[in-house]
Amino acid sequence: MMKKILANLSAGLVSLGMAGAALAAPAVEITQKQPLNVPAIIMFAIFVGMTLAITYWAASRTKTASDFYTAGGGITGFQNGLAMAGDYMSAATLLGLTAMVYTNGYDAYLFMIAFFVGWPIILFLMAERLRNLGKFTFADITSYRLDQGKVRTMAAIGSLTVVCFYLIVQMVGAGQLIKLLFGLDYHIAVIVVGALMVVYVTFGGMVATTWVQIIKACLLLFGGTVITVLAFSQFGFSFNTLAAKTIELHKLKDMLFAPGKLLQDPINAISLAMGLMFGLAGLPHILMRFFTVNNAKEARKSVLYAAGFVGFFFNVILLMGLCAIVIVGTNPEFFEGGTLGGKIIGGGNMVAMHLAKAVGGNLLLGFLAAVAFATILAVVSGLALAGASAISHDLYARVIKKGNVSEAQEIKVSKMASFGIGLIAVVLGIAFEKQNVAFMAALAFGIAAAGNFPVLFLSMYWKDLTTRGALAAGYGGLIAAVVLVVLSKSVWVTVFGYATPIFPYDQPALFAMPLAFLLGYVFSITDKSERAGKERAAFADQWVRAQTGFGADGAVSH
Amino acid sequence: MSSEIYARIQKNPKFKELVSKRERLAWTLTGIVLVLFFGLFMTVAFNPSVLAIRLGDSYVTTGLLIGLAQFVLFWLLTAVYVRRANSEFDALTEQLLHESVKAKK
Repeated sequence: MMKKILANLSAGLVSLGMAGAALAAPAVEITQKQPLNVPAIIMFAIFVGMTLAITYWAASRTKTASDFYTAGGGITGFQNGLAMAGDYMSAATLLGLTAMVYTNGYDAYLFMIAFFVGWPIILFLMAERLRNLGKFTFADITSYRLDQGKVRTMAAIGSLTVVCFYLIVQMVGAGQLIKLLFGLDYHIAVIVVGALMVVYVTFGGMVATTWVQIIKACLLLFGGTVITVLAFSQFGFSFNTLAAKTIELHKLKDMLFAPGKLLQDPINAISLAMGLMFGLAGLPHILMRFFTVNNAKEARKSVLYAAGFVGFFFNVILLMGLCAIVIVGTNPEFFEGGTLGGKIIGGGNMVAMHLAKAVGGNLLLGFLAAVAFATILAVVSGLALAGASAISHDLYARVIKKGNVSEAQEIKVSKMASFGIGLIAVVLGIAFEKQNVAFMAALAFGIAAAGNFPVLFLSMYWKDLTTRGALAAGYGGLIAAVVLVVLSKSVWVTVFGYATPIFPYDQPALFAMPLAFLLGYVFSITDKSERAGKERAAFADQWVRAQTGFGADGAVSH
Repeated sequence: MSSEIYARIQKNPKFKELVSKRERLAWTLTGIVLVLFFGLFMTVAFNPSVLAIRLGDSYVTTGLLIGLAQFVLFWLLTAVYVRRANSEFDALTEQLLHESVKAKK
C-alpha cells in the first residue's frame, strides 16, 4: 500500500514556507489524492491527542491577559529556545532544504547559513531591549514614546499582513501535503488544521501554543536525526566515503561542493541574505517569544538554545540531502517508471520522505509524514496567536479603547480574533487551493524585514525618531516590499504571465529596507513639532529601561 | 516618579560603564558576524573558485569548511555574549539598580 501512496506523489512542497521565499520555487502543484496512509494518521492522531490534553491543562492556567499572550512569562529559557526554533523551522525547512541539497549541493548550504545568521544578530542587538521594553507584542516597544494610536495601528497592520501571507502559504501547503501523505481530502485537511489551531489558541493561549511548538520541535529534531544517523551509517559515518560516492553519482560532479548557479548574481545574493537575516528580526510570532520568559537573562538563553537547535538541524539536513543523493538516487523504486536519474516520484521535494522509507521502512515514513503535518500545525498556531494579539492588544485595547478595557474583555476579544483568523485562514486556504502561493512567503519575509524591522530598530536605537518618521518608515517599507514583490518574477511572470519581470530579484529587502530607514530619517529630522520634541526627550528614560530592565514586567528582582 | 529614578540611574557612573561595555561587545560581535557572513557571500558572487579548492586529498572543500566554521563560530559568539551578559553585565545592573533605587527608600 505504501508503494501505491508513493506512486503518484506530485507536489512542489518547497513553497510550503521559508525555502519558498528563498527559491521563488514552483507552485504547490495540484496533488493527487492518495489512498489512506493509516500508520501516519495514527501517529498524527497521537500527536493531536497529546497536544489537546496539554491545551485542556493549559486552559485552566490561562486566566489573565499575561497568561494568554505570554504564558505568564513562566517559560524557561530552554523551553522557549525550543519553541523559538520550532516557530522558525517549518515543513519547508525539512522537505524543501533537503531537496535543495539533493539538487544543488553546496548552494543549499549557503542558504542555510543565511537563514541562520539572523539569530546572533537578533541576540546582540535586540533580545534584551525587546524583553526590557515590551510586554505582549513588539508594538509595545515602538509605541513606548511615540503616538500609541498611530504607531500601534501601523505595527498591527504590519503584523497582520505578515501573518496572513505566511498563514496562506502554510494552509495551502498543509492541504496539498495531507492529500499526498495521508490520503485525505484537501478541504478536510485545511479544515482540520484551521480547527485545531483555533482550539489551541483560544483555549490554551500561549501556554498551549508554546507546548505544541516544543513537542513539534523535539519530534522534528528527533526524526531528522534518526534518519540521518541511519543513512550516514551506510557510509561508515565517513564524510569522505559519502562525498566520494555523491560526486561520482551527481550530475554536478566536482561542483557539488562548490558554489554554483543559484547565487551567481551578487545583487540577488545580497538581497536574499538581507531579507532572510532581517526578516527574522521582524517576524511577529518570533518577536512575541521574547515576552514569554521571565527576564532578559532567560531571553538571551532562549536565543542561544534556539540558534543551537536551528544550526544543528541545518547541518543534519546537509547530511540528509547528501545521503539521499546516493541512497534515493540509485534506487529505481523512487523514480517514475523506474528510470534512474529521471523524475523523482512525487517531485523533488519528496526526497526526505523517500530517504526515510529507504532507511527506516514504512514506519519511519509514516512518522516523518506525521511530523511534517505536526510542524505545519504548530507554525500556524504561533502565527494565529501573533495575529490575534495584534488585533486584541494593539488595535482593540490600546487604539480603539485607549487602554480603558478590562483584562477579561481583552482576552475575550483575542479569542474572538483567533477564531476569526482561523476562519479566514480556512477560507483563504480553500480559495487559494489551485493558486501559486510561493510569492507569499517572499512577501512575508520582505515585509517583516522592510516594514517591521526598521521601525523597531530605530525606535530602540535612535533618539531622534518621531512618530512621523516611524510612520513613514513603516508604511514606506511595507508598500515598497509589496510593490517590488508584485513586480518580481514570482508574481509578474508566474502569476500574471508577463514575459520578463520588471524587478529582477527574488527578495525586495536590499532596496526596501534602506528606503524605509531613509524615510524614517528624513521624516524625523524635519519634524519640528512640539510633540516631536517631547518624543525625543522621552528617549532618555527609554534608554535606561532598555539597558537595565528597570520598570520592565517582572524583571526587577528587588 | 519613575522618571526620577531613571534620571538617578543615568547619573550613576556604573550606568555609563554598563552601557559602554555592553554596546562595545554587542557591536564588535555584530561586526564580526556581518563581515564574515557578507564576506562569504561576496566571495560566492565574485570569486567562487576560491571556495571550490579541495583540502589535501579529502573531498572537503574550503567552501564547506568555511560554511561549517560559520555555523560553529556564530553559535560560539552567541554563547560568549550570553555568558558575559548573564554574569558580568547582569551583576553590574543589579548593583546599579540597588544603588539608584534602594538608596532613596
